[in-house]
Amino acid sequence: MIPLLFGITIICFSVMHLAPGSPTDLQTQMNPRASAELRERLRAMYDLDKPLHVQYALWVRKLAVLDLGTSFSPDRRNVSDKILERLPVTVSLNVLSMILILSIAIPIGVLSAVHQGSLFDKLTGVFVFIGFAVPTFWLALLLMILFGVNLDWLPISGLRSLNYEYMPPLAAFADLIKHLILPVTLAAFGGLAGLSRYMRSNMLEVIRQDYIVTARAKGLSERAVIYKHALRNALLPVITLLGLSVPGLIGGSVIFETIFGIPGMGQLFYMSVMSRDYPVVMGILVIGAVLTLLGNLLADISYALADPRIRIS
Amino acid sequence: MERDFWQRFSKNELALAGCVIVVCLFFVSLLAPWISPYDPTEIHLDNILAAPSADHWLGTDQLGRDVLSRMIWGSQISLKVGFVSTGIAIFIGTLLGAVAGYYGRMVDTVIMRFVDIMLCFPTFFLILAVIAVLEPSIWNIMVIIGITGWMGITRLVRADFISLKERDFVQAARAIGASDFRIIFIHILPNAMASILVAATLGIAGAILTESALSFLGIGVQPPTPSWGNILTAGKDNIDIAWWLSLFPGLAILVTVLGYNMLGEGIRDTLDPRLRG
Repeated sequence: MIPLLFGITIICFSVMHLAPGSPTDLQTQMNPRASAELRERLRAMYDLDKPLHVQYALWVRKLAVLDLGTSFSPDRRNVSDKILERLPVTVSLNVLSMILILSIAIPIGVLSAVHQGSLFDKLTGVFVFIGFAVPTFWLALLLMILFGVNLDWLPISGLRSLNYEYMPPLAAFADLIKHLILPVTLAAFGGLAGLSRYMRSNMLEVIRQDYIVTARAKGLSERAVIYKHALRNALLPVITLLGLSVPGLIGGSVIFETIFGIPGMGQLFYMSVMSRDYPVVMGILVIGAVLTLLGNLLADISYALADPRIRIS
Repeated sequence: MERDFWQRFSKNELALAGCVIVVCLFFVSLLAPWISPYDPTEIHLDNILAAPSADHWLGTDQLGRDVLSRMIWGSQISLKVGFVSTGIAIFIGTLLGAVAGYYGRMVDTVIMRFVDIMLCFPTFFLILAVIAVLEPSIWNIMVIIGITGWMGITRLVRADFISLKERDFVQAARAIGASDFRIIFIHILPNAMASILVAATLGIAGAILTESALSFLGIGVQPPTPSWGNILTAGKDNIDIAWWLSLFPGLAILVTVLGYNMLGEGIRDTLDPRLRG
């Protein structure tokens, strides 16, 4: 855990120092009145005049108390405030799409394993194969054209309508849900193919085990065998997979939040990349990695909680 | 062994279909100067956002450029990015995986720890952050996709090396005094080629997807150079009037990625039917 955190900070720091020239060039180049003296003062302000290892130490010391510096953008706000106010949107979107993935992929995986070789199994197999190859941002465009433009059923941008504040609570809630349908569905789409395939192969593996034969031999109904004995064992590895899929989901949020204009961390990241707002980029990079680390840790802990065999050893 | 491979390969429908798609795309991008009906960068402001017609099969974009021609030239970009970035990833991944698996101990620990650290980053974040620092050009994109995508290959090659280095032929090579370098690259590596080949084919598909997403966001291949991703950007900007800008380039990406995936899965089935997932 600690070496990993150390490594993460080293990589973030080196990425940001790949830049040719100084990050302050961007602020001074455009301004003809910026004198050499001002440039120096800016460099000193961001500690850029010190040797690299000193800069790194200063940066980590601030990082430890969640002080990520101030943004280069005109608002000059605290980076951690900027990120933290957007984090809940991204996290809740990802949690929603994770729930959607689980509630669709697990039944698909189980059914196609139980009826291996059936028409359903073959169809979902084809679907999964195509699902791996579909660029999700393209699918987003197509669904936006279909549901947003042609049918005009769903809004295609933002989280709320303009007149949101004047709506009664129930209508406002419905409005939010309508705005969420497309982004959540599409964010889920990416993980759907992988998880249902994974679930299918887990289930096939489990069904071959001796304890399933035993369960059948003692005369349990097929239903009890599959849903009580097999499913619970096949679900265990899914916990690990969920932990592993955290970076993919977080990374994907850049694309979805940008396409759908959702004010989350991904959109902030994209805008900061475009405007070269290094403190924000570096901050989000660190936070993304730490979130991944937490996801893996959480997966390890819940695996141990769910599987007595691991708890004992 | 080799004859056997081709025999089984030619019976595998999935692999053959993938092979046909991939070969067709090769020809399209090689022959781009001759088969594309118009100049992909020629601007016709009198004919902007024209729907598909007999003159422009796939319509024109917001500057009146022919979409079909841009897509044909865009296939070159996908091919280049796919091969170069996967080449870089395979090179780094194989080298580190081979060294880690062969030497074990400290070397192994250090390399695998580094892999763990790299895997903590959402790849897309890492790519974007590097692009924020460097300029988004096609070369930078290729290198960045390559250096952020080698970790899986390292794990794969390492696992192969750990089991292969205990085999008799390695002992024999060591007994006749072969150097470590020779054992790693001449004796063991050829035996690990199968899984590397499969990973490379699937890696090309992934790299093409990543490049198109980056270009779509405007931080990949920069206009006027045509790429499938940046045509889709125009599709998003004109989403309520020009569906053809959104539909066709995405379809091209889908078919290409599908082709490489089918080929990769096909090769895997042919080499080792037990690996079928």
